[in-house]
Amino acid sequence: MTSPTLDLSRKPILILDQVTMQFGGLVAVDDFTAEIRQGELVGLIGPNGAGKTTVFNLITGIYHPTKGKIVFDGIDITPLKPHQITHLGIARTFQNIRLFSDMTVLENVLVAQHHKFTNPDADRILKINGKSAKRVANFWFWRSVLKVGYLKFEKEMVSKAKELIEKLGLSKFMHEKASALPYGDQRKLEIARALATDPKLLLLDEPAAGMNPKETEDLMRFVERIREEFDLTIFLIEHDMKVVMGICERIIVMDYGRIIAEGTPKEIQNNPKVIEAYLGREWEGV
Amino acid sequence: MERKLPKKLNFVLTLLFILFVAFLLYLANEKLDEYVLRVVRLIAIYGVMAVSLNLINGITGIFSLGHAGFILVGAYTSALLTLSPEQKMMSFIIEPIVPWLANVHTDFLTATLAGGALSALFAFLIGWPILRLSGDYLAIASLGFAEVIRIFALNAISITNGPLGLKGIPEYSNIWWCYGWLFVTVIFVASLVNSSYGRALKAIREDRVAAEVMGINVFKHQLISFVVGAFFAGVSGALYAHWLTTIDPRVTTLGPMLTFYVLIMIVLGGLGSISGSLIGAALFAILFEWLRDLEEPFVLFGMRVPGIKGMRTLVISVIFILVMIFWQRGIMGREELTWNNIYRWLKRRGESG
Amino acid sequence: MTFFLQNFFNGIMLGGLYALIAVGYSMVYGILRLINFAHGDVMMMGVYFAYYSAVVFSLNPILSFTVAVLGAAALGFLIDRVAYKPLRKAPRISALITAIGVSFFLENLAVVIFGAIPKSFLDVFKDKSILEKTITVADARIPLLTFLVIIVTFAMFSVLFFVVYKTKIGMAMRAIAADIPTTSLMGVNVDNVIGFTFALGSALAAAGGIMWAMRFPNVHPYMGFVPGLKAFIAAVFGGIGSISGAVLGGILLGMIEIFLAAYFPSVMGYRDAFAFIILITVLLVKPSGLLGKKAIEKV
Repeated sequence: MTSPTLDLSRKPILILDQVTMQFGGLVAVDDFTAEIRQGELVGLIGPNGAGKTTVFNLITGIYHPTKGKIVFDGIDITPLKPHQITHLGIARTFQNIRLFSDMTVLENVLVAQHHKFTNPDADRILKINGKSAKRVANFWFWRSVLKVGYLKFEKEMVSKAKELIEKLGLSKFMHEKASALPYGDQRKLEIARALATDPKLLLLDEPAAGMNPKETEDLMRFVERIREEFDLTIFLIEHDMKVVMGICERIIVMDYGRIIAEGTPKEIQNNPKVIEAYLGREWEGV
Repeated sequence: MERKLPKKLNFVLTLLFILFVAFLLYLANEKLDEYVLRVVRLIAIYGVMAVSLNLINGITGIFSLGHAGFILVGAYTSALLTLSPEQKMMSFIIEPIVPWLANVHTDFLTATLAGGALSALFAFLIGWPILRLSGDYLAIASLGFAEVIRIFALNAISITNGPLGLKGIPEYSNIWWCYGWLFVTVIFVASLVNSSYGRALKAIREDRVAAEVMGINVFKHQLISFVVGAFFAGVSGALYAHWLTTIDPRVTTLGPMLTFYVLIMIVLGGLGSISGSLIGAALFAILFEWLRDLEEPFVLFGMRVPGIKGMRTLVISVIFILVMIFWQRGIMGREELTWNNIYRWLKRRGESG
Repeated sequence: MTFFLQNFFNGIMLGGLYALIAVGYSMVYGILRLINFAHGDVMMMGVYFAYYSAVVFSLNPILSFTVAVLGAAALGFLIDRVAYKPLRKAPRISALITAIGVSFFLENLAVVIFGAIPKSFLDVFKDKSILEKTITVADARIPLLTFLVIIVTFAMFSVLFFVVYKTKIGMAMRAIAADIPTTSLMGVNVDNVIGFTFALGSALAAAGGIMWAMRFPNVHPYMGFVPGLKAFIAAVFGGIGSISGAVLGGILLGMIEIFLAAYFPSVMGYRDAFAFIILITVLLVKPSGLLGKKAIEKV
């Protein structure tokens, strides 16, 4: 299914090929085929229980599809585990915020950098000048416990984390426990944490949930900003139509686990199938 | 705002504290009588047990109940290495000892390290299956593995001397060995916790799925924590064996009961706090000795009360349940007793006062 | 054949006893997601109750067993009220730690009250001839006791299934296992039903313990630990949360243990280790057990 709005000059970064996920008798995702291209900002919408979060769980390896294939950046990630997928450059947030609540804001962001040092592909990801990154990664455990050639990296990590936290406007909470943050800032911190993993593709699961119109407006600007600044491709699930229509270049609509429509915000608004799906049932945020 | 002491001052204070403790231990070693000194040494051994279990349970959030199994491995391994060949020949009366063990004889440090290493190897092998389980299943499975180890110790008579256990183990666990190892354990675990790895371990405890999505190989990290914890458990077992001088595989000595004791220490001190574990271990050792009086005849309001056996463990278990119901965070919660924290606390007191 | 039959009946008997204890674990886990660590120790207390009512208060065995079963039921109810109820909203691991504490407490309480020295349960019977009678089935001499235990176990399960599936309180138990908040909205007193579940499970465990003690008459404060753990394994094996699963798991575990020990006597000493190996295998291969439903982790 290719839509006329697809910018073919950009190369696809994520391909879902006939992905199906079955839980017992329930088909949560049914024959899902889609492409996300480099640098795009794509929205995934649909009624409650349409299977949107399941799609994210499939992309990030939390579930493994019953059928189909998922390719990221030219690599088949279908059988990979979540941490391996993160190594490759996909990061996500959760619908029901999952921060490390007893750790500070700084620690939350620092945790997200740890994987670069334990990654077998450390050479590629760690840009340590001059030194072989692989050598650092191999002995990372002993280095970090015995503090041999560790503190330099720790310093680097901390300064990077602080920079990121500052950029997202969370500096005043630097040493607060994550659970102590206001709700909207917790969402921001989750995004900061995801960014700290150095992703190419960012998956946002209902980033505006529970926000007031003002906060939602800020969030939209924020998402656009980080997309520019971090050179990201963004795939987001959202209930708030204002967000989706406002910032997404392309929208995929799901119902009962299937894709029922795909196109620009304008096309989607006028699509009879979408309207039918919307009218028949309760929709939030419309 | 985060308030911090200058790094140098922090270092000097820590160094002074260590020297001060070393001096106290020297005094204790010179002046105290043998009975009290035994308790002082036991505190350090319990400390090693508690800190190592705390790394697994409190910091990584793996609810393991298999600690006694690792302690047992360390205890037997080291004892078999420090017992002289003649002694071994004498004690193995049911079945003779296997030839490859009969003539090995090493010094205490080698024996301790071997105990820790074998324990770590066991943890590595056990960890593969059980770390795939979650929460309370893992608890039962680890308890089960500890039992299997104990049953092995009971039945592999030509290696362990079976139900008779090992006697006449040299009393090598003097104050310097005990506190030396406690020092190494605390430094190692604290350094681990305060590193990139330590943050990853805490993240796993907080939210396993989120940690995984942050690129942390949860299984591998849990295995590392489990193996490190088991190594120090093995070391504590070696110290314990050379403190007890007699070991056997009964439920009450190196069985599940011991795991429960260590669990009580870390819950009392605060799951997730190293300093809490140390406080918990010290409190437990002292309380347990002090409550010994309950089991001797004593006079209450002019009436002679006969001593009741088992009374002290009963009191301990009541305290434990009360702590769990009313005071789950324990003494330290997840906080640590560091100079910086003390400084901040004093500062806050000063501001509000 | 004779050897097989003897072992077969032994297996059924041992399995039935595991099943009786396992049901208590399973019911509580089904409702609270709590491994009631103290369950084996409640069983132990039940055995002591029986012993003391018969030997010290010289009740006849049947009456003393009734007293013991009721006593254990009351104890189970009490444990839930005092130790677990305050922790219903706490993290699950806190409740588990508390359960370990309760187990530890009961063991020590037994040491203090009843003493650490093992007692022989055979003292309960003035006339010991009943214990020695045998019945011959196709050349195999099976102790009458084995049959009695099997029959009583069967009767107990019939009562249990009746209570759970045919009575109002049983319906409430099943409803709570499915969904606590909804059930409480429907006007069911959740705490009472949970208390009843503890009492019922404890009563069955005590009955199982008493029969256990007739077969293995060594009564001591730690006697509940191993049967308790194995019964838990049986519950997991069959599918925790499911009563029929507990029965199936118990009987299978009993059979496996008896037959392994019978045909491979050299590993007899390691008998207790089999159960744990089964546990690990089941948990890794099919964590939901034989009859349990598969749970999907929500993310």
